[in-house]
Amino acid sequence: MFRSNLMLSATLAALTLGFTAVPASAYTAYITNEKDNSLTVIDTEKLEVTKTIKIGQRPRGVVLSKDGKLVIICTSDDNIIQVYDAKTLEFVKTLPSGPDPELLVLHPDGKTLYVANEDDNLVTVVDIEQGKVVSDIPVGVEPEGMGMSPDGKVLVNTSETTNMAHFIDTASHKTFDNILVDSRPRVAIFNADGTQLWVSSEIGGTVAVFNPADRKLIGKINFEIQGIAKEAIQPVGVRITKDGKKAFVALGPANRVAIIDTATLKVEKYVLVGQRVWQMYLTPDDKLLLTTNGASNDVSVIDVAAQKAVKSIKTGRYPWGVVISKD
Amino acid sequence: MTVSFGQYFQGAATARRSFQRGAMLAAIVISAGALALHPAAAQDKPAAPDASAAAPAAKDALTYSILYVRQTREKPAPLSLLDLPSADDGIAGAKLAISDNNTTGKFLNQSFKLDVIEGADAADLSRQALEKITAGTGYIIADMEPDSLLKFSDALAGKPALIANVGSADDSLREENCRANVLHVAPTRTMLADALGQYLSWKQWRNWFLVSGSQPDDKAFAEALRRAAKRFGSKIVEEREFKYQSGSRRSDGGFEQIQQQIPQFTQNAKDHDVVVVADESGQFGDYMPYRTWTARPVAGTSGLTATSWHPALELWGGTQFQNRFRRLTNRLMTPLDYDAWLAVRVIGEAASRKQTTDFKTLSAFIHAPEFEVAAFKGVKTTFRNWNGQLRQPLIVTTPKLLVSISPQPGFLHQFTELDTLGIDKPETKCKAYAQ
Repeated sequence: MFRSNLMLSATLAALTLGFTAVPASAYTAYITNEKDNSLTVIDTEKLEVTKTIKIGQRPRGVVLSKDGKLVIICTSDDNIIQVYDAKTLEFVKTLPSGPDPELLVLHPDGKTLYVANEDDNLVTVVDIEQGKVVSDIPVGVEPEGMGMSPDGKVLVNTSETTNMAHFIDTASHKTFDNILVDSRPRVAIFNADGTQLWVSSEIGGTVAVFNPADRKLIGKINFEIQGIAKEAIQPVGVRITKDGKKAFVALGPANRVAIIDTATLKVEKYVLVGQRVWQMYLTPDDKLLLTTNGASNDVSVIDVAAQKAVKSIKTGRYPWGVVISKD
Repeated sequence: MTVSFGQYFQGAATARRSFQRGAMLAAIVISAGALALHPAAAQDKPAAPDASAAAPAAKDALTYSILYVRQTREKPAPLSLLDLPSADDGIAGAKLAISDNNTTGKFLNQSFKLDVIEGADAADLSRQALEKITAGTGYIIADMEPDSLLKFSDALAGKPALIANVGSADDSLREENCRANVLHVAPTRTMLADALGQYLSWKQWRNWFLVSGSQPDDKAFAEALRRAAKRFGSKIVEEREFKYQSGSRRSDGGFEQIQQQIPQFTQNAKDHDVVVVADESGQFGDYMPYRTWTARPVAGTSGLTATSWHPALELWGGTQFQNRFRRLTNRLMTPLDYDAWLAVRVIGEAASRKQTTDFKTLSAFIHAPEFEVAAFKGVKTTFRNWNGQLRQPLIVTTPKLLVSISPQPGFLHQFTELDTLGIDKPETKCKAYAQ
């Protein structure tokens, strides 16, 4: 890292909230703006928007290809997936999906994409290279959350109105278990070593942590924030650090991100961020967490070590998804 | 000041042109077609990760029969063609929920089916319902007049049957006339008036000119509006009754006279911010907007209204829900469809959480304080345990688009802000619910 950059970053953070943040490396964050049909690109070192491009309609879930060269985006109202070059931001191609694709996850092999189509009770399996739908997997009503086990053997999909986590064998594309969770499950995510599966329930107001091996509940996390109505605490996005020690849960209209010790499942801190925080992403070095705040049209940057929000960055309208590339 | 409405119609017919809601007689039965694909779904019985081993010998599916009872009643035709109800208004919402429940049910080895009975006579409807209860149906969705619903629920008292009211906003059904075997999914008049009242108060439109019709329903809603004004710091500065004899709905022309009549009717009212209308049967309220003497917005049963659902609502994942309904019916979802959907989802939710068909277990669970259903309202919907009324956010809307959601920010409550809408626990007159 260049010294000048380091100083700039520290100065910016200091200007924003009056303390020195851990300097971040120069990664690139891609943020989909649901209302604006655009993609905001942020330099995570400068913590500045470097570019905004117009993309398809109602962009939501976003992932990177395994080599980091492609940005893959659910453009929900176009009922299709759009692929952009991560460097040049040029449109590359589209991939098929079912109606209203919302969230997607990439198989560790980098070849297969699993897409939750909110509008037809199906998870669509897409071969990226061939640009073809390989299979459709029937799940519950309004599929949304998509979690992939680190070994790529198990896909977990959540269905918002059925209130289940569906365990899918990625070899056979069949569900082999279906577990009821609290109301309106939004996100499913495994930790890096595959020993925990986290499922957030937006309306239920809880996060359930399962042992993926036997699919038994390890624990359920409840949230309480003084001065915030219980109903406003609506867990959506979940991210876990690579060492598996800390988890972050975005609490929607409570405008907070909960930081949780994954061993005790206790909330250590609630960090105030922008309004209606839904999705999040950690920088590859796990030093910063970026959150999309739909109702305030910005991204909050949380310094993971300091457990503080250090900056908010203006985006397009209703920022939804976020992904960060190591380049 | 009163104006007789009928005299302004050309060739005013003396008899009301009646519009009979639907003539759908064929019972709709959603077959238990969605049979279990994955019978092993219980949380305490994890199946092997190997998908081929995931289908142990199929047990008989748990079947849940739901009965939709619709009382046909003579209603005056609405002023606007846009407001003509569909033949399956309400029933279509129940059908969508059956389909949603069955999608979930296929993972739990549960299937849901719907029967529909219709008729004008409450005694006849209860006879038919009792036969269904004997045959194993425990859940009834009722779209009925308040008096008939009372007779119906009393005829079913003591039977293993739970009734969900989707057809009446009448507060007395939840208060002095509450019944232990009835839950209320439809919002009450006081909830609707409070939802609107909070918004008008937020807007600082605190001086209301109340125009009410002369039917008992109109008077009941006018009373709910008076109550709302008092609760949220507004004032009714002027009140007038709109007396009318509704003539034929259609007549070639008519606007010429209405254009003259409404300004005249609203002339010389005390200074007000908003005209609030109580016209539940929809006989004159829609004539108010753009025709009042002074330029004032209209709210109440016309103009800005409060409702449990709106066909253009897309908040909180509502888009997919609206799409599913449109695919099923090829039309838009009405508040009655939504209430019926929610009533059937209540059964589905209880069934998936308890995984039994035992009526007592399910009924007790639905009545428990922790029971909740996600219903595209941004927060969980729950039942008030003192009178069985569903608590939910309400939509404040123009005919085409959402304006706001009530409760409004700042209207606080000791337990839940949702209880700032409608009659609250300390005021309840309901005795049938254990408190």
